[in-house]
Amino acid sequence: MTTFNFDDDSVVVIIGSGAGGGTLANELCQKGIPVVLLEAGQRQSSATFINDEWPSFEQLSWGDTRTTSGSWQIAKDFPNLPAWICKTVGGTTTHWAGASLRFQEHEFRARQTYGDIKDANLLDWPLTLAELEPFYARAEDKMGVTRTNDIPGLPGNNNFQVMYNGARKLGYKKCSTGHMAINSRARAGRAQCMQLGFCFQGCKMGAKWSTLYTEIPAAEATGKLELRTQAHAVKIEHDAKGRATGVVYADAQGRLQRQKARLVAVAGNAIETPRLLLNSTSTLFPHGIGNGSGMVGKHYMRHTTGSVFAEFKDPVHFYRGTIMAGLIGDEVHFNPDRGFVGGYEMETISLGPSFMAAFFNPGAWGRDFTRVMDNYTHLAGMWLVGEDMPRETNRITLSDNVKDRFGIPVANVHYDDHPNDIAMREHAYQQGSAVYEAVGALKTHRVPPYPSTHNMGTCRMSHKEADGVCNKYGQSHEVPNLFISDGSQFTTSAAENPTLTIVSLAIRQAEYIADALRTHAA
Amino acid sequence: MQHIQASRRSFLKGSGGILLGTLLFTSGPIALLAPSTTWALEMKMLNNDQAARLMVVVRRIYPHDQMEDAVYAFAIKALDDRAVTDPSILSLLEQGLNELDKSADGAWLKLDEPRQLAVLESIQTTPFFTLVRSVSVNALYSNELAYQHFGYEGASFPKGGYLMRGFNDLKWLPAAPTEASPPAFS
Repeated sequence: MTTFNFDDDSVVVIIGSGAGGGTLANELCQKGIPVVLLEAGQRQSSATFINDEWPSFEQLSWGDTRTTSGSWQIAKDFPNLPAWICKTVGGTTTHWAGASLRFQEHEFRARQTYGDIKDANLLDWPLTLAELEPFYARAEDKMGVTRTNDIPGLPGNNNFQVMYNGARKLGYKKCSTGHMAINSRARAGRAQCMQLGFCFQGCKMGAKWSTLYTEIPAAEATGKLELRTQAHAVKIEHDAKGRATGVVYADAQGRLQRQKARLVAVAGNAIETPRLLLNSTSTLFPHGIGNGSGMVGKHYMRHTTGSVFAEFKDPVHFYRGTIMAGLIGDEVHFNPDRGFVGGYEMETISLGPSFMAAFFNPGAWGRDFTRVMDNYTHLAGMWLVGEDMPRETNRITLSDNVKDRFGIPVANVHYDDHPNDIAMREHAYQQGSAVYEAVGALKTHRVPPYPSTHNMGTCRMSHKEADGVCNKYGQSHEVPNLFISDGSQFTTSAAENPTLTIVSLAIRQAEYIADALRTHAA
Repeated sequence: MQHIQASRRSFLKGSGGILLGTLLFTSGPIALLAPSTTWALEMKMLNNDQAARLMVVVRRIYPHDQMEDAVYAFAIKALDDRAVTDPSILSLLEQGLNELDKSADGAWLKLDEPRQLAVLESIQTTPFFTLVRSVSVNALYSNELAYQHFGYEGASFPKGGYLMRGFNDLKWLPAAPTEASPPAFS
């Protein structure tokens, strides 16, 4: 097993092993660049994953305290769990459902397309779809996305059959089992999906792509990777010239260690990434490293979400098979006549009784609630996910009074729904309910947002230094050898699930970093 | 089904009681699995009376008329577990149960169901109610007996998933065409 000295300043240090960090690590190692990958969580495997919702949640989730504020419903329902993301090797690629959709061309030009939306801080990406397309193609191949690279689509389960029939009755044309990074056939040394129904709990088949058992072992096989688990980054350090020199982290025993680095890439997700930058203060960077523009932590986005569950006379058994078994893409286009800008996807979702009880209507009790639970086998469900507006006031800040076990201020997540978000959610709830009513739903239910699984925008890419944190390669505007490598760099959220775009950006960033190291540009 | 004998040791410990019961629905999904129609669950902190009263409280909060007490007992066990790890919990539960009786002008347990509910509604913002509800919602719906009750099939990996076991067995709607939902094997 490869190890590097703490004083070895030839390594790239990557913080976080999920879609961004795990992919970047492998791409760099394949090019012969030595990497120390710091992961706050422990290493699990398909063998240790658990087919049971709460025990799995305990095993994989980021449960460290965070605080919340703002008018979003999460602050009331889950005040200390604003996000449902993971602290484990592979990060949230262990938990994600596999939906792998490219952004639409106009979504990279949100400001230009949507215009000046009041109380939003829209910006065009410094990047076009055309520039990203080759990397989308490489990501799809790497991840084994269905309906690309001659990979067949997945078979739809019962939950999908209900969605499909409702969609057709409503006149929707774009309903299928979609593009999923789940093997519909055995591929790349991983098995075919056997429809376990536990995508959220870490795929015990390994049929769903996760950096845990693809990118990370591939990187380890190069001899260029050292993965350090239970290594929680607390500060990025720099020299007198303002270049990053290393990362201080707490190890499994809580001891502080300092790993030197020639380049640092942060991929801790859109809450921990800005938290780390904001906590990395010095005389040179009094407001946090890379935060000269004051934009670190701002423009937090989490997608406009909600779910519709419907009760039927006949059984559905929606928990059988893939969680996001299919989707409707007819509402994802730009059509301001609907009363909002941006679009949304409708994607099937199912929950076991444990999560249904916790998330169906948080805090609810009595017979209205238990009647739905008693109808569990007769439920169908969909998740609504659409573009939300970046706002300077929706932001990650450091808590004034809550500290973690290392004495570091925790992140506060502030979010107010924008009127555009509210109008979109209302439209999506109506359309989602209509899909189920079209096939005879006895009753439909509007389920409020879950803790955020899509977290974006808090170190956004921008043309101008004053508008964001990094350039179109995720390179800090201020610190040339500091990179943002996760969803934090998204300029806008688009409507699509973010993972495919995070992976594509990481592949692209790896090429840029390799060039920059060769030419000493970073 | 968790069977714990009333051992000498548990009597000697003193404070903890035992929640005992008999299966109510002898042809239900749980009875079909259970080796016996009686069950017992040992408590470490709650006494018999407290455990029995809390069981009715949880039944009123999450009423499933066809659900066995044996499932509700998991919620009481979870409250007992919390009382073991957090010393403030037992007194919060004791006080809450006393408050219920005070609001009921007598024994809350003796009221009819609508009046029991009315009392619970009047205290639903108290720390007692919040604790009982929030601990129960996670315990009551997250155990093998509850899964049986709701018809949820639980862990599927040991059974090879659902690909050959009904993931697409829905018959009351037409099947989606193959371009939308391709076959699993070609």
